[in-house]
Amino acid sequence: MNLSRTLTAALLAMAIVMPAWAGPTLDKVKKDGVVTCGVTTGLAGFSMADRQGKYTGIDVDTCRAIAAAVLGSADKVRFVPATAQQRFTLLQSGEIDVLTRNTTWTLTREGDLGFLFAPPNYFDGQGFMVAKKAGVKSAKELDGATVCVQPGTTTELNLADYFRTNKMTFKPLVIEKLDEVENAFFAGRCDAYSTDRSGLASSRAGKAPNPDDYVILPEVISKEPLAPAVRQGDDEWFDIVKWTIFAMIDAEEKGVTSKNLDDMKKSDDPEIQRMLGVVPGMGKSLHIGEDWGYNIVKQVGNYGEVFDRNVGPASPLKLDRGINALWNKGGLMYAMPIR
Amino acid sequence: MNNASRVRLILLQALVLGAVVAFGAWLIHNTLTNLESRGIATGFAYLERQASFQIGETLIAFAPTDTYLRALMVGLLNTLEVAILGCVLATFLGVAIGIARLSSNWLVRTLAAVYVEAVRNVPLLLQLIVWWDVLRVSAPAPREAWLLMPGVFLSNRGLVFPLPSFTDGFHWDIPHLVGFNFAGGHTVTPEFAALLAGLVVYTAAFIAEIVRSGIAGVAKGQGEAAAALGLKPWLAMRLVILPQAKRIVIPPMIGEYLALTKNSSLAVAIGFPELMSITNTTLNQTGQAIEAITLMMVVYLGLSLATSGVLNWVNARAALQGR
Repeated sequence: MNLSRTLTAALLAMAIVMPAWAGPTLDKVKKDGVVTCGVTTGLAGFSMADRQGKYTGIDVDTCRAIAAAVLGSADKVRFVPATAQQRFTLLQSGEIDVLTRNTTWTLTREGDLGFLFAPPNYFDGQGFMVAKKAGVKSAKELDGATVCVQPGTTTELNLADYFRTNKMTFKPLVIEKLDEVENAFFAGRCDAYSTDRSGLASSRAGKAPNPDDYVILPEVISKEPLAPAVRQGDDEWFDIVKWTIFAMIDAEEKGVTSKNLDDMKKSDDPEIQRMLGVVPGMGKSLHIGEDWGYNIVKQVGNYGEVFDRNVGPASPLKLDRGINALWNKGGLMYAMPIR
Repeated sequence: MNNASRVRLILLQALVLGAVVAFGAWLIHNTLTNLESRGIATGFAYLERQASFQIGETLIAFAPTDTYLRALMVGLLNTLEVAILGCVLATFLGVAIGIARLSSNWLVRTLAAVYVEAVRNVPLLLQLIVWWDVLRVSAPAPREAWLLMPGVFLSNRGLVFPLPSFTDGFHWDIPHLVGFNFAGGHTVTPEFAALLAGLVVYTAAFIAEIVRSGIAGVAKGQGEAAAALGLKPWLAMRLVILPQAKRIVIPPMIGEYLALTKNSSLAVAIGFPELMSITNTTLNQTGQAIEAITLMMVVYLGLSLATSGVLNWVNARAALQGR
């Protein structure tokens, strides 16, 4: 299992060995008629395949929105499940067009790995989950704890930083596969499980034998802006991914939803008219069809709809909007003007 | 062979060699150009950078402020620890099972045969996960740990036992419960135990077959002669049969030791921080997949060559001289 995974990574690395892959991403996507996205191997709310093999989640919807904007159909997508370890090589080697895989935007990932990050589709922060019966109320009480964690993540680094800053010791138990990390934690092998708080909520809702037996501690020990990433050197494609996210946020701000979309086409608001292609020009600037914004909202929905459907209070994850609310409602979701 | 065809042969070999070298150079050149054009960092300078992550089990002191190079050393030492212990234990178990396979006792013989067939035919990765699950699930949490002997505890965090300590004169460093876990003494984690048990049990099955065929390869007359001299069966085995079987057994054993060392990389699945696991983390934090994987391949190659070097020397010494 793991050997094959390393082999895959090695093979993907070998893909870099081949002559420079030609032509910008947009041409390739149009030619293939499909957008290929790297997603997680299974994290409820972000990307998870159901029994029919249908993927759902915020990251999945981001990918579908890109396909709707570029190809006019949200279903023209192909998902490549990637472990934390494989994801960067997949993108570097050109196996995927965009990485929509709850990945934290960091300096070295742009500088050293050669990526560019689009605006975050979820602002997260790292936390801890413990068993209720351990009686722990704060992360400050975790001195000496064994902490389950996945490798190759910013989580692993933040964890070391946090314990060092607070002069506490801990033993990491690093396991590659998410399922095995969760199994180890819920079997009591670790005192705490640390990852992004959305991920903790997702594991608790999806994998805990009894979700009420586990608590997520109040401390948020890091900033984790989860954002889609593309390769450097293809600004046209980068623009498309970036403005797809902005369109979803802007649609929510303007009250445009997948339900009222056709009425909204008659709106007098010039921004809505530009976004939905009633007044043409925006699509041309991005080198895609004028109905790009319409297709995104029609087929996928605005940001608020996507959030509620996948991780919101009505979903199994029961996350509130928090800092992911719109900027004018006290959150961080802010779209640049579509003009 | 005439001169013309000899020249042609040399020319052909030179051509093939040239093509291989050119292909290699082309690959390396392409890789470097492509990496650069995509803005991806290259080179081994990352080894000197601060690792920033923590490692759960270490034989030498390690802190997140240490370098990636030291982290890899920690991983390598963990690999060596499990490989050396594994080879020694697998040899003992394998020889015992191998002899049992040839026992005149039906039950012993059959049990050994069942062991070999069952273990050889189940994938090692699966066995490792089963061992790990058993160790993890069957033992209680630290606060309810089983007291096996005074000072020796078994919990789902592993086996903890006292260690002699020589600071401030001799005394025993006895484990005691502090907060979540035990402090003091020495801990064998479920991950290490599962990996070691899995590798030993798996490799021993192969070694048993080598030992069995080695014993079967010793001329039958040797055993009969030993019996005729009045040696008890066990003494005949130890003094007459095994020393001769050793010569047959050593060469194929080299392969098993190499396999055990390389198989230890499956530990990533169960969370033991050996070389492969540390390389995984390094590869991810630095993004330098090509360098990290190359380095790991070189290290495994070095380990394998060193192992076979030592065993070839042992083999040369064990071989019959001057016949």
